[in-house]
Amino acid sequence: MTASTHTLPPNTSVTRVMTLVLACLMPGVLVYVWQFGWGIVINLVWASLLALGIEALALRLRGYPLKPFLTDGSAVVTAWLLALSIPPLAPWWMTLVGMIFAIGVAKHLYGGLGQNIFNPAMIGFAVLIISFPVQMTQWSAPLSLAGHAPNFTESLSLIFADTLPDGVNLDAIISATPLDTVRTGLMQQHTLDEIHGASRIFGQIGGVGSEWVAAAYLVGGIALWAFRIVPWQVPVAFLAGIWLTAGFLHWFDTGRYAAPWFQIAMPSSMLGAFFIATDPVSGSTTPKGRLIFGLGAGFLTVIIRAFGGYPDGVAFSILLMNLCVPLIDAWTQPRVFGTAKD
Amino acid sequence: MRTLHRFPGGIHPEEHKAESSARPIHAPFIPNRLFIPMRQHIGQPAKPIVKVGDKVLKGQMIGQADGYVSTAVHASSSGVVTGIGLHAVAHPSGLPDLCITIDTDGHDTWTELQPLDWQSLDPAAVRGYVRDLGIAGLGGAVFPSSIKLDPKNQPIHTLILNGGECEPWITCDDRLMRERAEEVLQGARIMQHLLGAQTVIAGIEDNKPEAIAAMQAAAEKLGLQIEIAAMPTRYPGGGGKQITQTLTGLETPSGKLSTDIGVQVFNVGTAYALARAILHGEPLISRIVTVTGHVLGPQNYETLIGTPMGELVMHAGEREGTTGLIMGGPMMGFDVQPEAPVVKATNCVLVKSAELFPPKPRELPCIRCTECARVCPAQLQPQELYWFARAKNFGKAQEYNLFDCIECGCCSYVCPSHIPLVDYYRFAKSEIWAREKEKHAADIARERHEFRLFRLEREKKEKAERLAAKAQTKKAEAPTLTTDEQDAKKKLIAEALARAQAKKAGVAPKNTDNLTPEQCAEIAEIEARRARIREMAKKTIEPEKHL
Amino acid sequence: MLTAILVMAGIAIVLGAVLGYAALRYKVEGDPLVEKIDAILPQTQCGQCGYPGCKPYATAIAKGEADINKCPPGGEEGVKKLAELLGVEVKPLDAEPKPKAVAFIDENLCIGCTLCIQACPVDAILGAAKQMHTIIASECTGCELCVAPCPVDCISMVVLKEDLPHWKWKYPVFRIKQAA
Ligand code: SF4
Ligand code: SF4
Ligand code: SF4
Ligand code: SF4
Repeated sequence: MTASTHTLPPNTSVTRVMTLVLACLMPGVLVYVWQFGWGIVINLVWASLLALGIEALALRLRGYPLKPFLTDGSAVVTAWLLALSIPPLAPWWMTLVGMIFAIGVAKHLYGGLGQNIFNPAMIGFAVLIISFPVQMTQWSAPLSLAGHAPNFTESLSLIFADTLPDGVNLDAIISATPLDTVRTGLMQQHTLDEIHGASRIFGQIGGVGSEWVAAAYLVGGIALWAFRIVPWQVPVAFLAGIWLTAGFLHWFDTGRYAAPWFQIAMPSSMLGAFFIATDPVSGSTTPKGRLIFGLGAGFLTVIIRAFGGYPDGVAFSILLMNLCVPLIDAWTQPRVFGTAKD
Repeated sequence: MRTLHRFPGGIHPEEHKAESSARPIHAPFIPNRLFIPMRQHIGQPAKPIVKVGDKVLKGQMIGQADGYVSTAVHASSSGVVTGIGLHAVAHPSGLPDLCITIDTDGHDTWTELQPLDWQSLDPAAVRGYVRDLGIAGLGGAVFPSSIKLDPKNQPIHTLILNGGECEPWITCDDRLMRERAEEVLQGARIMQHLLGAQTVIAGIEDNKPEAIAAMQAAAEKLGLQIEIAAMPTRYPGGGGKQITQTLTGLETPSGKLSTDIGVQVFNVGTAYALARAILHGEPLISRIVTVTGHVLGPQNYETLIGTPMGELVMHAGEREGTTGLIMGGPMMGFDVQPEAPVVKATNCVLVKSAELFPPKPRELPCIRCTECARVCPAQLQPQELYWFARAKNFGKAQEYNLFDCIECGCCSYVCPSHIPLVDYYRFAKSEIWAREKEKHAADIARERHEFRLFRLEREKKEKAERLAAKAQTKKAEAPTLTTDEQDAKKKLIAEALARAQAKKAGVAPKNTDNLTPEQCAEIAEIEARRARIREMAKKTIEPEKHL
Repeated sequence: MLTAILVMAGIAIVLGAVLGYAALRYKVEGDPLVEKIDAILPQTQCGQCGYPGCKPYATAIAKGEADINKCPPGGEEGVKKLAELLGVEVKPLDAEPKPKAVAFIDENLCIGCTLCIQACPVDAILGAAKQMHTIIASECTGCELCVAPCPVDCISMVVLKEDLPHWKWKYPVFRIKQAA
């Protein structure tokens, strides 16, 4: 006879948690479609299908039951996070490669749900940006700036058949991201003011269109916190890390280093703060540890943006902090009830 | 008004109290057979002091306290002792334990009862009396009350009456306070007297307004200085450390009891039992049990200790689709067989059905969401403990304060991966205990072995010295005697051997005829094993000879 | 490029310092190896390892003369612990592990020859010449050394059954990898 405590029906499940994460991403997705067109929807669906397929295959190979793990929703969350991090019109095979590395390698080779030490979506992203740096900088232009706004079928054929709409050239559809623009400009020895003056991509705070996406992520992220799915420490510390580091650099040399608000208003910052750095599996689990984790990731993000070889640093900074989690956790164990206060 | 403090963590599951709290306490019934376990409390089990065939009266002592941490056990009704042996008991293992079986005669004749003049007696005498009347904590831990009423070297400043009853479904303390508040408070007064506590607070969760009102009225009527505090309803608010913090703001140190910081916590049921014992001389032979869940008439029953739980459920109206019984609440209780008797710890018999308690969904891997850490009242990191317990890394688990876990089950309740976390902690704890015991035994064995080696060495030396001395003084004498001696000894052994073999031959047939084939096979196997052992022992003994 | 090198070097220095500090802070104080090995051995003193007791076996292991998998009473657990202590590979136990048992003397048959007392490594047998002998069960390590010397075969090993005070919570069934 095996006795078990807690006979009460449970009040939550992994599926519920993951569904809430997806629901809280919805505002961001909607604004994304509104500002950048249909491409992202196609890529989200495509990535989700890939995620489920690869997950099923990996589970089968490892001898695990399919149903409980396919319905837990974690694969779809990974798919969405990756799809939202790469250019919305990225060709189909890039998503495929990214998902293979995200689900197949980063998740299942490390033992599946709950065992991965790195954030799977960010591993997928890192592989893509290292392997296909050019494609990864070809973002859709915000619709308000684009020479041509591809409709649903045009986006579809662009992604899957690599065919442009008749009479439209690629430059009318894509553009560099604000961070990329800044970076290229700086490399050509322009000052920030000159760069801002020369490009139409910059909006009120961040980039045209993308600052709205970032705002929508923020709204969704706050909802996620209100549902108690993510702790406040990680996003707050992550954004604070960005703000402080960027603020210091900006103060040091206003002409070379982008302003803190500009950096925070990037969609990748908001997505990273609320949805990626908060991944429980690969993140820290102690309250203090989460502050350190967030601050560290924010700090590294700005450092990589300012000095690194890639335009954005969110993925690498989170992966680097993932590496430090065991150490952070071991050193930040909270006080246990009834033990001496120190 | 007392300022209340907040203990960390906690959950608020559906209460399910209304089912059984509406109806008054049902009077006890007498089952045909009572099974009274000797081990109902923490510590040494009681020693049976009756024989099969003895007539016993209601309230007569049948098991004597054995040692300091122990308490007596009494017959809960009059009748005849028909058995002393193993019977199913309420224990998570499902293993049987020593019980005294009483066939009741239905007359329910009391033995002579003697109230106690507690105010004039020495507290130590009162405590001895409490022990002999079998009083133990009725909140679930069943610690012998005589010990808890002994302040020893730690003066107790605050006595807390625990009316928290924070677990869902259970309402026995609620009904008790509503109906018998005066006796509860009288019990508290005796406790206060024995402990010398300045302050007495009764903590009751605010989902029991009637109980709070009844206790307040009783306190006024008796003119007692007892504070009745309404605590916010949050599980596990009735835990000893939690209620201590809520009411006094004091945090019980890790690995200690609230007693160590001058606060003694008693369940209201214990106070009531104490009042009955001291003021009326009644031993603890019955208690209030909530019978609820999947039954026709969920209600509180005053139940004789030893009543089989299945029979109790039958009284409350068994229903189709019953899938089992839980003793205790849904958070900390465990499955029991219906044959197991009600004991002093039985606050609730919860009847399961597939609708009320569906089988647990599949366990998934931990996603490190730390929901469990958020609700843990001990402020542990359950996900880390789980990880270590699962990997059988017990040292690490201890390092992460496994033993501060109060097994409240909050973590299991909120875990989105549906991991039975507490089961892992219990497994780890009992493994660690077993290992400590083994280690202790090994240490003793090592000591004894070393002592033996030392003794042999010493004996050898002494013998050698003696021989040398002998050789010197009695060089002239003929040494034939020794061989004679040896021969005589050998002869003696041979004779004894022959006797024993004869004896064995005489003894053996008794249990070797009428053997079933299985038994024969078993014997053959044992013989073979013996031969093997002998072989082995011979081999392994060899080196020792050279020592 | 220079910045990259500087950053990497900086990270390396910081991590190095952290590791160095951890190594100092969590250093374990050493005590003699034999004692440590002996602390792991179950002290049954049965000699099944081929040595006349646990301490000699511990000494032999420490000297590198004996393998770590020779102690049946210690079981797989013991081998694992030894492997951990000595930093070597875990090996399967070189014998069948047996359930723990204690010796029991049939007192009707005992002739009081004291041979068992001489065999018992932990002095767990009580008795004097020509008196009935009996075993102190709580001190018996279950080594079986007294079984063979007895001339009238009146000592048997009784397997300890699980009862309430000795019951342990079982390892929860982990149901993840199970056919759906
Ligand atoms: S069962 Fe233990 S670990 Fe879990 S919440 Fe309760 S005290 Fe914390
Ligand atoms: S609640 Fe469950 S899944 Fe979440 S961290 Fe705790 S054990 Fe892991
Ligand atoms: S086999 Fe017996 S004597 Fe040898 S180490 Fe193990 S317990 Fe000790
Ligand atoms: S060896 Fe056998 S007969 Fe001799 S004393 Fe021991 S138990 Fe008795």
